[in-house]
Amino acid sequence: MFYREAGDFSTTYAQDNQTFPIKFDRYRYYVVLFIAIFVIPFIINDYWANSFLLPFLIYAIAAIGLNILVGYCGQVSLGTGGFMAVGAYACYKFMTGVDIWWGGELLFRLPQFNIFFSVIMGGVMTALVGVLFGLPSLRIKGFYLAVATLAAQFFLVWLFNRVSWFYNYSASGQINAPERDLAGILITGPQTEPWATYLFCLFFTIVCAVIARNMTRGASGRKWMAIRDMDIAAEIIGVNPLRAKLTAFAVSSFFIGISGALFFSVYLGAVEVGEAFGIQKSFLVLFMIIIGGLGSIFGSFAGAAFLVLLPVVLKIVGVDMLGWPTDIVAHFQLVIVGGLIVMFLILEPHGLAQLWRVAKEKLRLWPFPH
Amino acid sequence: MNEQLAFTIEVFLNGLMAGVLYALVALGFVLIYKASGIFNYAQGVMALFAAMTLVGIQNGQVPFAHLINAIFGTDVHKFGWHVHSFAAILLTVIVMIALAWMVQQFVFKHLVGQEPIILFMATIGLAYFLEGVADLMWGSELKALNVCASEGNCLPQGMNVWLEGTTYEALGYGFFIDNLDIVASIVAAVLVAGLVIFAQYTKQGRAMRAVADDHQAALSVGVSLNFIWVLVWSLAGFVALVAGIMWGAKSGVQFSLSLIALKALPVLMLGGFTSIPGAIIGGLIIGVGEKLFEFLIGAPFLGGATENWFAYMLALVFLVFRPQGLFGEKIIERV
Repeated sequence: MFYREAGDFSTTYAQDNQTFPIKFDRYRYYVVLFIAIFVIPFIINDYWANSFLLPFLIYAIAAIGLNILVGYCGQVSLGTGGFMAVGAYACYKFMTGVDIWWGGELLFRLPQFNIFFSVIMGGVMTALVGVLFGLPSLRIKGFYLAVATLAAQFFLVWLFNRVSWFYNYSASGQINAPERDLAGILITGPQTEPWATYLFCLFFTIVCAVIARNMTRGASGRKWMAIRDMDIAAEIIGVNPLRAKLTAFAVSSFFIGISGALFFSVYLGAVEVGEAFGIQKSFLVLFMIIIGGLGSIFGSFAGAAFLVLLPVVLKIVGVDMLGWPTDIVAHFQLVIVGGLIVMFLILEPHGLAQLWRVAKEKLRLWPFPH
Repeated sequence: MNEQLAFTIEVFLNGLMAGVLYALVALGFVLIYKASGIFNYAQGVMALFAAMTLVGIQNGQVPFAHLINAIFGTDVHKFGWHVHSFAAILLTVIVMIALAWMVQQFVFKHLVGQEPIILFMATIGLAYFLEGVADLMWGSELKALNVCASEGNCLPQGMNVWLEGTTYEALGYGFFIDNLDIVASIVAAVLVAGLVIFAQYTKQGRAMRAVADDHQAALSVGVSLNFIWVLVWSLAGFVALVAGIMWGAKSGVQFSLSLIALKALPVLMLGGFTSIPGAIIGGLIIGVGEKLFEFLIGAPFLGGATENWFAYMLALVFLVFRPQGLFGEKIIERV
C-alpha cells in the first residue's frame, strides 16, 4: 500500500539516480541511521556492545569487503583471515610509530599516528597486499584460485608469528593496543566507554557501506559483475580484466583491512595472530556472505548480524536455559552453522537478501497476490 | 659417507613418506571431483569422522553419550565391550556408506546443475556439520587409535630398527624412518592399485569413468548417476577411513586430523584435480619439497615452521605457469 513507486516522480537526474528510489525505503534508511546514531549510543551497555554491536559492525565491514570480491567479482577468496591480520598489524605499527631499520641501526621512526589514520593505514596496507595476492587471479581461476588464496592465509599468519618486527619485539608475540583517544575521548585500551567505541566503528561501517553501495552500482561494479558472469565474454566486450580484478582485490582488501584493524584495536585490544585471524575467520566471513546473500550489501549486514547473534542466542538457550555443558553447545553450533549453510545453498542460494527482496516485491503488490 | 648428505637423504625419505599420506587424502578429493565435479572440502573431516567412529566402535562408546546425559540426566558412557579391529573397520565402512548415501540424498541431489563454486561452499558447510556431529557422537577429546589384528599384533609404532641397523652397517649412517610411515606407504600403494583395477576392469568402475567423462552421455546409455555418486562418495569415505587410520595411529584422533584436508589441497593444485597419478606425484613432490625446504632454508634462515605455507606457495608459483596443474585436463574456455 505504502511501498510503491507510484506518485513519486523524479524531476532531476540526481533524484533519478538515488540509491533508494522508493520513498518508503529511503525513510526506512533514515530511520535506521537515526536510531543507530542518536538512540543506541544512549542506551548501549558493555554487554551489548561487546557481545553483539561491535562484532556485528566490524564483521559487516569484512563481509562487505569479501562480498565485493566473491559476490560481485566472482573471485572466491579464503584468505580473509590473513588480510584482516594485515590490517591489524599495520594499524598497530602505525599506532606505535613505524620504525625502519637498516643494517642493525634505526634509520628513522615515523611519528605515532592518530587512531583514526592508523585504521585507514591498516586498510591501505591491506589493499597493497591484496593486489599482490590478487595478481595470480589473472591466470588462475575458480577452485584453483580459492586454494591459491589459502597461500596468502597461511603465509601471512606465519609471517606475523615469526618476524618480531611486526609485534615490536614483545616477548609474548602478541600485539596490544595502547590507549589512544580522539579529541580527548578514549577509543582503544581497557578504559573505553561503550558508546565511544560503538560510534567509532559505526562511522567506519557507514562510510564503507556507502562507498561499497555506490561503487557496486557504478561503472566499476558493472565491470566486476561482467567478469563474474563470464570473464572471457567480458574481455571481448571491452572490460579490462586486469584492472577489474585488481581493483576488486584492492577495494575488497581495503575494507577487510579496516575491519581487521578495528577488530584488533577497538574490539579485542590484544591479539595473537594464529588465534584471532586463523582460517576459521576466513570461513566465518565467507559463511556470512553466503547466508546473507552473495552480491548484496544488505546481505552482508544480514549475514554478519545472523552469525554474530547465533552463538549468543545458542549460549543463552543452551547454557543458561537448558543447563547443558558449554562444549556440547559449541558442537551444536557447528552442526547448526554447517546445516544452515547447506540449507541456504539448496533452498535460497541468494541468501537472506533474496528473502528480503521477495518480501519487498510482495509488499509492492499488496494487497493483491499478483 | 658425508654426514650432511646422509642427513639430507634421510629428510628426503621422510618427505616421501609424508607425501604418500598427503597423496592418500588427495586421492579422495580426485575420486569425487572426477565423477561429480564436486570439490569436496569435507574430505579431511570425513577422515576425522571415520577415525572417531572407528575408535568409538572399538572402545564400545555409546554414540551421543554426552548429549543423552545432558538431556536426560543419565550417566551412560560405554557399552562395556571391545570390538575386534576388523569388525570395527567393517562397521565403520558401513557407517561411511550410509553417510555417503545421506550426503547424496539430502544434499547433492538437490544441488545438481549448480555452479561448481556453490557446490564447493556446500561441502564447506558439510565439513562443519560433520565435525559437529562427530564431536557430539563421540566427544571431542584426544583419543588413541590402535588397530590390532590380534593381541600384541598391532600397527607398528616407533622407528624401524632393522632399517637403521642395516643402513648403519652398509653406509656408516643409520636412517631414521617411522615404521608406521612404511606401512602407510604400502597400504597407499595397495589402495591405489586396487582403485585402478576397480576403475579399469569392473562394470561399476567403467560406469564411474563414463560419468566422469560426460554426465549426459552416461545417463543416455543407462548409467544411474545417483548410484554412481553414492558409490563414489562411499569410495571417498573408504579412502578417508584409511587416511584416518594412518594419521590417527600416528598422532592420535582429534580435531587437527581434519586439517589434513588443507595439506591435500596444494597437492591437488600441483597434480591437477582430475588425475589420480597427479595426486600421487603431487603428494610426493609436496612432501619432499616442504621437508627439504624446511631443512635446508626454513629452519636455518627463516625461523622455522615453514611447512604450513610452503606447499601453497609452491603450488601457487607453479600454477601461474601451468594453470591446470601437472596432469590436469587442459582448460578450454568458450564464450
